[in-house]
Amino acid sequence: MIEPILQGRGLTKRFGRVTALDSADFELYPGEVLAVIGDNGAGKSSLIKCLSGAMMPDEGQILLEGQPVTFRRPQDAQTAGIETVYQTLAVAPALDIATNMFLGRERRRSGPLGSILRMVDDGGMRRDAKKALDDLGIGTLQDITQAVETLSGGQRQAVAVARAAAFGSKVIILDEPTAALGVKESGQVLQMIRDLRDRGLPVILISHNMPQVFEVADRIHIQRLGRRAGVVTPSSVSITDAVAVMTGALQINPENEHLGPVLR
Amino acid sequence: MSSDSAGLSADAEFEHRKGMLETIQHILHRSPVLSPLAVLVLSSIVFTIFGKGRFQDPSSIGTMLQATAVMATLAIGQTLIILTAGVDLAVGTAMLLTHLVMARQVFVSGWPPIVAMAVGLVLSMLMGLFHGWLVTKVALPAFIVTLGTYYIYQSLGNVYGKAQTVVAKDIGGLNGLLMFMSREIKLGTFTINTGVVFALLLYVIFAYVLAKTAWGRHVYATGDDREAARLAGVDTRRVLLGVYVVAGLIYGLAAWVQLGRSQNASMNGAADVNLQSITAVVIGGTSLFGGRGRLWGTLIGALIVAVFDRGLSLAGVDQNYKNLAIGVLILVAVALDQWIRKVGK
Repeated sequence: MIEPILQGRGLTKRFGRVTALDSADFELYPGEVLAVIGDNGAGKSSLIKCLSGAMMPDEGQILLEGQPVTFRRPQDAQTAGIETVYQTLAVAPALDIATNMFLGRERRRSGPLGSILRMVDDGGMRRDAKKALDDLGIGTLQDITQAVETLSGGQRQAVAVARAAAFGSKVIILDEPTAALGVKESGQVLQMIRDLRDRGLPVILISHNMPQVFEVADRIHIQRLGRRAGVVTPSSVSITDAVAVMTGALQINPENEHLGPVLR
Repeated sequence: MSSDSAGLSADAEFEHRKGMLETIQHILHRSPVLSPLAVLVLSSIVFTIFGKGRFQDPSSIGTMLQATAVMATLAIGQTLIILTAGVDLAVGTAMLLTHLVMARQVFVSGWPPIVAMAVGLVLSMLMGLFHGWLVTKVALPAFIVTLGTYYIYQSLGNVYGKAQTVVAKDIGGLNGLLMFMSREIKLGTFTINTGVVFALLLYVIFAYVLAKTAWGRHVYATGDDREAARLAGVDTRRVLLGVYVVAGLIYGLAAWVQLGRSQNASMNGAADVNLQSITAVVIGGTSLFGGRGRLWGTLIGALIVAVFDRGLSLAGVDQNYKNLAIGVLILVAVALDQWIRKVGK
């Protein structure tokens, strides 16, 4: 039995009288693309925020490679190797591509310029930013020093994904990465997700777009009413049935809930 | 046939003009300092022509720089705060209270000047810390926080200063530490004081910090999109708190410059530096919405205010028109910023 790389046990989060997460479980296995689907208010965002350090669960435990971890801030999760691309992309529009990719992780020049004068290594960071974009097959951005706000939606997404891929050593979380994109750009993002998986990085994909989820995911975690309603694979369940579980019209037999890790 | 081709060329010209405007928009987006620099150069040329030969006189330029040093120093702190999408209305009274403490602790309490100055700098940083604490922890808007402390510092200064003016000879004379910024540097008839050089040095240091250090990047990112910066791993609260403390330090350093400039200390000096420092930042191309702008723009903005002030009076224009001109410049600068921010949308 393969151990999950990232696991949540009994995660609970309350906002006043609203229970966003109600003892939710979660497992991500090495080398897989796990989609998380659920109706609005099912607790997808809260679940992801707990796993990415943007929010702390009131109860429950998060385990990374079997070890309990506590994420108080996004930095804690980043340090542990978990990178998140938020729906809002979390890029600073007025800053350039390279600055955004290294934001919060700026590298300093070597020698006294860096150690005493604290000068950042712009040349090196630009070179590596360009390389990170090229690695994902996004060579179309000619100028790494152009402001992010001058880019199209898909290009901004590419910058955010490239940042995650460059720094995420263990897990990449993508929150609605195609929600604001056209058909062609969505296709590029899905290809990036496959490329990340092929590089051995497990990906959590939160999406409302069922055809895309079924196209790219290895397993699908269905969230409902703050808990996990079940986990299915795209080959064993139809979109209609998955949506039925999401809305509560169908239930999954608890004995079949775990269809196991996808061994490829 | 002829009307057809006329229509086509008009279309082509329209396309061409739109292209040119977009090019200008992109250039200004990349280099926001260019438009204030153009204003500074053009206005200097105009005032040289209409200034009856006195505008370009080196001694006149030296005097102008000396008169601008305090405001220009304060405008550094103002730039930092405006880059984080805040504003500081208390720069002037905070600086005056600090310079009064430095002077009176020597004059009234007999402290050694170096101790009085150190205490003044600590006090000014505490004022900055207080602003930063109210902005980050209590989550009050910077505008309201500094509007409140503007009155508080003014009032405290009046009570503490007992409406007295401390003069240079009471606090160690013009050669003392507190008056260090009054020392003159002469190059022919061009005379500036150490305060001008010190202000320029601060610009060099802070321009470097903003452009070339990680902390500078974080200041821009925090002002540009605070939530994005936080999610990217920037500790935005600490950055904001740091900005206000550094702004506080700059009040203290500006207080030193002010002592050298006025060669005395009272709460009455430099009454309009509050708004002037904001004016310098805005005319200098820094966006009030945060995250955009250059410190050198602020220096240019401060010089524009000084050039208009001096140039219009030398040209014999009624002083009231100076404020009219500055007012128009502010509106143009803000409108330009709105337009530049729409780039790519």
